Amino acid sequence: MNRPIRRIAFVLGLLLVALIINVTVIQVFLARDYRERPGNQRLLLQEYDRERGPLLVGPDPVARSKETGDTLTYQRVYSNGPLYAPVTGFYSLVYGATGLERTENGILTGSSALFMVDRVQQLFAGRRPRGGAVTTTINARAQLAAYNAMRGKKGAVVAIEPSTGRILASVQSPSFDPNQLSSHDPAAIRSYYLGLESDPNKPLLNRPIVSLNPPGSTFKLVTAAAALESGQYTPDSVLPGPATYLLPNSTKELHNWNGKACGTKGQVTLRQALALSCNTAFAWLGVQLGDAALRDQARKMGFDSAFQIPLRVATSHFPDILDPAQTALSAIGQFDVRATALEMAMVGAAIGNGGVLMNPYLVQEVRGPGLAVLQTTDPSTFGTALTTANAATLTDMMVNVVDKGTGTNGRIGGVKVAGKTGTAQTGNDNPAVAWFVSFAPANHPQVAVAVVVEDAGAAEVSGNGLAAPVARAVMQAVLH
Amino acid sequence: MSGTVASPSARQPTRRLWELLLLVFAWLIGVLGFLQIQWANGEGANAQLWLTVTVVGVLALVSHGVVQWKARYADPIILPLATLLTMLGLIMIYRLDVAAAHKAELNGNPSPSPDVYAQLTWFTIAIILFIAVLFVVRDHRTLQRYTYTLGLMGLILLVLPLAPFIGTTINGATLWLRVGGFSFQPAEAAKILLTIFFAGYLVEKRDSLALVRTNVMGVGLSRGKDLGPILIAWGVSLAILVLENDLGTSMLFFGLFVCMLYIATQRRSWLILGGLLFLVGAVLSYVLVSHVQIRVTVWLDPWTYSDTSGFQIVQSLFGLANGGMLGSGLGRGFPNLVPFANTDFIISALGEELGVTGLVALLLMYALLIERGLRTAVSVKDAFGQLLAAGLSIVLALQVFVIVGGVTRLIPLTGLTTPFLSYGGSSLVANWIIVALLLRISDRARRPDIATPAADDALTQVVRRI
Repeated sequence: MNRPIRRIAFVLGLLLVALIINVTVIQVFLARDYRERPGNQRLLLQEYDRERGPLLVGPDPVARSKETGDTLTYQRVYSNGPLYAPVTGFYSLVYGATGLERTENGILTGSSALFMVDRVQQLFAGRRPRGGAVTTTINARAQLAAYNAMRGKKGAVVAIEPSTGRILASVQSPSFDPNQLSSHDPAAIRSYYLGLESDPNKPLLNRPIVSLNPPGSTFKLVTAAAALESGQYTPDSVLPGPATYLLPNSTKELHNWNGKACGTKGQVTLRQALALSCNTAFAWLGVQLGDAALRDQARKMGFDSAFQIPLRVATSHFPDILDPAQTALSAIGQFDVRATALEMAMVGAAIGNGGVLMNPYLVQEVRGPGLAVLQTTDPSTFGTALTTANAATLTDMMVNVVDKGTGTNGRIGGVKVAGKTGTAQTGNDNPAVAWFVSFAPANHPQVAVAVVVEDAGAAEVSGNGLAAPVARAVMQAVLH
Repeated sequence: MSGTVASPSARQPTRRLWELLLLVFAWLIGVLGFLQIQWANGEGANAQLWLTVTVVGVLALVSHGVVQWKARYADPIILPLATLLTMLGLIMIYRLDVAAAHKAELNGNPSPSPDVYAQLTWFTIAIILFIAVLFVVRDHRTLQRYTYTLGLMGLILLVLPLAPFIGTTINGATLWLRVGGFSFQPAEAAKILLTIFFAGYLVEKRDSLALVRTNVMGVGLSRGKDLGPILIAWGVSLAILVLENDLGTSMLFFGLFVCMLYIATQRRSWLILGGLLFLVGAVLSYVLVSHVQIRVTVWLDPWTYSDTSGFQIVQSLFGLANGGMLGSGLGRGFPNLVPFANTDFIISALGEELGVTGLVALLLMYALLIERGLRTAVSVKDAFGQLLAAGLSIVLALQVFVIVGGVTRLIPLTGLTTPFLSYGGSSLVANWIIVALLLRISDRARRPDIATPAADDALTQVVRRI
């Protein structure tokens, strides 16, 4: 009977081979297809099964994972959700992730290459993988001050530490609550999201780094820098500052904001022109310098460069080809010049930091699950925007703006503040945009701030009235 | 290295030390598995874990001791393999307990009673019966005396679920007995009894069943009057299918009978006839039994039915896919998403957490166990022993193929337990009795000091029947 037994054994062997081939096909070759099939919850569960690391402001988590009772083990919760929304973004079942939740995903989930050692340890110790923590550069006091000051206004605030490029505050108004997008209830998430999307004030827009507005008179800082850098102008150079300026080769006239001539008999020094925010003088100056010089200076200050902080920043823009009339308009931050709040804060920071522009960044350090620091961001230089001497000169001129000029609402008792107001027309019918760019203390700044208030209204169209108080609050919060 | 135990024959080592070493190795693998779950859970070893592995260790040592005492020449690999498989089952059952407890805790519900303790109790009972078999059945040939008694008992057990009051239908299949608080799957016991019956019966009848009347195209056909047994087996199998809705058991019995018939007679015509009858039965049941139709439809296209009748198999495939090459690691996958993960679908649970690597290793363990059984069948001298060892190995092999093939969508899904792994007492006890019988036969096969009669002589020996 041995022969039939051997034959049966052979057939059973074939069955074994069939089973092995079948499981190999499923687990190796079809695995990817099966994983992505609708109805397969595992990818999602896997993502939500891990304890996602926290996003920290100082020692405090502003986004962390909380264990829940439902099938998705962890839920993301945000303390002060709307306050930090432009930084954290959201982490949603339905809409994916934005903000640092998106850019730092590899660290937060623990899948980044930084965690190699940790992962090997986990493999042997068999511990459940946990994500790392991301410490932001945000200063809680500055962030809160900016948020509170922006209440009821539409716009954005960015504060930077000029010597390093650390972003101390990034605030948008109106904001949204990421908690409502990070719940585990898809229907509730959808309805909240659609509500935000249809809101005309666009609360989902990351205004500080994405919203592009004409910088208006705050761009005069760039024009003034270009003038000083040209070597042909000093703060005492006299410029024509009539009530109206006829744009070259055009019939259009440019007016000063108060409709009057600047200085005595329509003659102003560069210093005075900045303090009074004299449109006609700067338009004239721009034409004298030429569009190439303005563009060059703007680019040295971060225009036309793509920044990732690591969130992707909208690229601020100085137009490529300009005729003299367009150059005149661009010199006062109109025409097609567009800037984010972050960009204008960088302009302030570059001047305050002796002319050296630092790359802005939002992530201070990365910690492993065991809280060991795995990576620290070192400050890096973007470039030299202007000479130290010219930076000091321009700083003095900006102090003059706050002390005696249009930016008086930026004053802080006992501290020298350098600043520049701005108001811009975003189009013929659109309401104005109010700006304030400043840094303090002027001689050795700890903070540079840009505030932009949209829909500022036509009448009291002054950066001093709406934007400067916000900037002052942020500077005070940092300096305190 | 050979066994250091004093051996009566220098030519035939007992290899009991090998068995002990392999058992210790199997136990250590099991302990590591339990620890992995605890680590994945973020906890260290707890009292529950140590209790479980200690009980398994003690049971393994005791069973080894009894083999040493009562069947010292038995195959040294069978016992460690069965122990390791059982332990892997306990590990996965424990792992699913952990998942269930965690879920209950998060939902604020009381923790469900852990299945691993129940399975551990059943393992203890299984080892007690394993020992009892080794004690009571001193020579497997004594079983031949009870051929018809055991056959009748087997048949009764098969139909018992149909009896009023005690028969119970669970998940659509009527294959359960419920007496008191216990539920019991009689088919598991029946498969052993019927294997013994087939062996005894075929040893007796094989000469006439092997007679060839006509030869058609090189294939010898049997006499018409000898077709009775195979037709009866076929009818009973179909009855099980139709009356109890138990496709798996039905296929298992018919396949077993045809294989044993072939081994006993060495006539391929039986295989051909069996195959034809299987096809007819398959077509008939597909046409007549809606339950079978559903199984086949879902097998062909589970994705269309992924929310209804195909849910289980689709979840099983998702689990396997998630495991991939190396698996998610014990305690790190989502095997609890598959319904019946600790019984019918324990293979997909293991496949998810151990990957294709672990699953192939597991299949090779089964293959090795079955190979040892078939080797025993080839090496034992008496025909009854040969048939019995072969039959027991084949029943194990077919069961593994039908259930693993089912949950991996190689063949239509049928509800069978996975030998040694599945949660459930009847299956575990039955499979350990098979292990005891295989050890008993292999002890006889390798024992040097007993003059075993040649296979052909065995045919002519007088056997008293009861």
